[in-house]
Amino acid sequence: MARLVVLGGGVAGHTTATFAAKWLGSEHEVVVVTPNSQWNWIPSNIWVGVGQMTKKDVTFDLAPVYAKAGITYYQAKATSLNPEGNETSDKPFVSIEYTEEGKAGQVENIEYDYIVNATGPKLNFGATPGLGEGDQLGEHTVSVCTAGHAVHANEKLQEAIEKMKGGTRQKFLIGTGHGMCTCQGAAFEYIFNIEHELSKAGVRDMADIKWISNESFLGDFGMGGLHMKVGGYVVSSKLFAESLFAERSIEWLIGAHTSKVEAGKLHYELLDGSTGEEEFDFSMLIPPFAGVGLKAYAKDGSDITDTVFAPNGFMKVDADYTPKAYADWKAADWPRTYQNPSYKNMFAAGIAFAPPHAISKPMKSPNGTPINPTPPRTGMPAGIIGKAVAHSVCDMITKGDAAHLHEASMAEMGAACVASAGKGIFDGTAAAMTVYPVVPDFEKYPGTGRDTDYTFGEIGLAGHWIKHVLHYLFIYKAKLNPGWTLIPE
Amino acid sequence: MKQEEYNFEKEQFSLTMIPGKFARAMRTCVIWQFFRFLVLNIKMIIVVGKSH
Repeated sequence: MARLVVLGGGVAGHTTATFAAKWLGSEHEVVVVTPNSQWNWIPSNIWVGVGQMTKKDVTFDLAPVYAKAGITYYQAKATSLNPEGNETSDKPFVSIEYTEEGKAGQVENIEYDYIVNATGPKLNFGATPGLGEGDQLGEHTVSVCTAGHAVHANEKLQEAIEKMKGGTRQKFLIGTGHGMCTCQGAAFEYIFNIEHELSKAGVRDMADIKWISNESFLGDFGMGGLHMKVGGYVVSSKLFAESLFAERSIEWLIGAHTSKVEAGKLHYELLDGSTGEEEFDFSMLIPPFAGVGLKAYAKDGSDITDTVFAPNGFMKVDADYTPKAYADWKAADWPRTYQNPSYKNMFAAGIAFAPPHAISKPMKSPNGTPINPTPPRTGMPAGIIGKAVAHSVCDMITKGDAAHLHEASMAEMGAACVASAGKGIFDGTAAAMTVYPVVPDFEKYPGTGRDTDYTFGEIGLAGHWIKHVLHYLFIYKAKLNPGWTLIPE
Repeated sequence: MKQEEYNFEKEQFSLTMIPGKFARAMRTCVIWQFFRFLVLNIKMIIVVGKSH
């Protein structure tokens, strides 16, 4: 019997573990180590953050689902890897620290034959002074990164709405909390959902809403933007995004590195090197992401973290990490199998793998501050990568270590993205977009880097219906209800 | 003044394209959006199929 340990129970980890458990059956063991007791459909957190959904609507308990799937579940966080074992054993193991109530703080080693690192990111609030400490959200801003954060965000939003109803004007500042953030899409959705809710509450005229982002142009989304077919034209997402901001009367500040946050005030530096301040009454800022801080040790106990992980804490995989100028970036730089180059029984999936470089053009202010989005690896790509990794590990277990590895390069896969701009069964809207491929391939698609037949976007009620249907569909799938394997990632 | 013209008054928005009344109405027209719902689903299924 072989044992596969999956670190993380998010989109990538849950997909890997559940497919591996299904394909391997009871002959082998699948273990999930995740610090959370609940699964969270993160794309719907923005609706919790405006009071249109509850925490219960976007989460469910993991334990009964894993029990049904025959998966061994540890509510714990991984702290270190020993891929060669230690001085007393050749068996690789992962050290964990329980987070489960009643066992919190207890440590244990779990031996493995194969391991998949799908921990997701550390929400690195501590990278920006005043935004928070370590992975803990500070007191000056709110967040929608977790369901709990979103509940808190909605409480603050309702307070702001009450103030506006009482005649006090409010300034809303939404966007990214650092020059190296990713996940602009969540902030994009949240700012338009707030605008929609303020309109519904009849207080839109009492609100000043402003977007602040590390993107060098609106609509970059960490993917260097995209060109899509709209109304018979092929247009840049810049036009698409600017149009929506102008229509909703939301001002923007882009190319901005948030350097410090205080009570009611944000300090920033722009790409031209200038600095400034923005005051706010309500602010939601996405933190930068980092690896969760896993350490790695060799058999003799020496620290090999730098061998296994990139400096940002994400796990090295089969990407080309050679430093290159932007002009030399290639689609082929991106990983295909997500296997660690040093340890063949180790894989990474979703946000946890180290990308070879950004997708957006790297930029610095004259002061040397890097201000550009880091590449998104969430949602559909995370699920597809997780499934491909599960397939590879299952084949290695059943056919031997020489088995063919399955591939899921982000330079060869597309992604469907539905960004809500307001919730409502008849008055909601969302931008429904697809990109193909996620990482532009300028050798295959000279010009835009993507296939414009499969890269499109439009905004409307239909997009909202799709996002709403996907909410129920993916929670149904994640609960492993009948037919779950038929629903694509 | 029409809504889109009011927004064009702001300097930051003056070079953007802002939808007029008809385009905005079509975004929430249930009959048209039901048709777009079908079209978008087909397009997305094709992209999802190409990505697996």
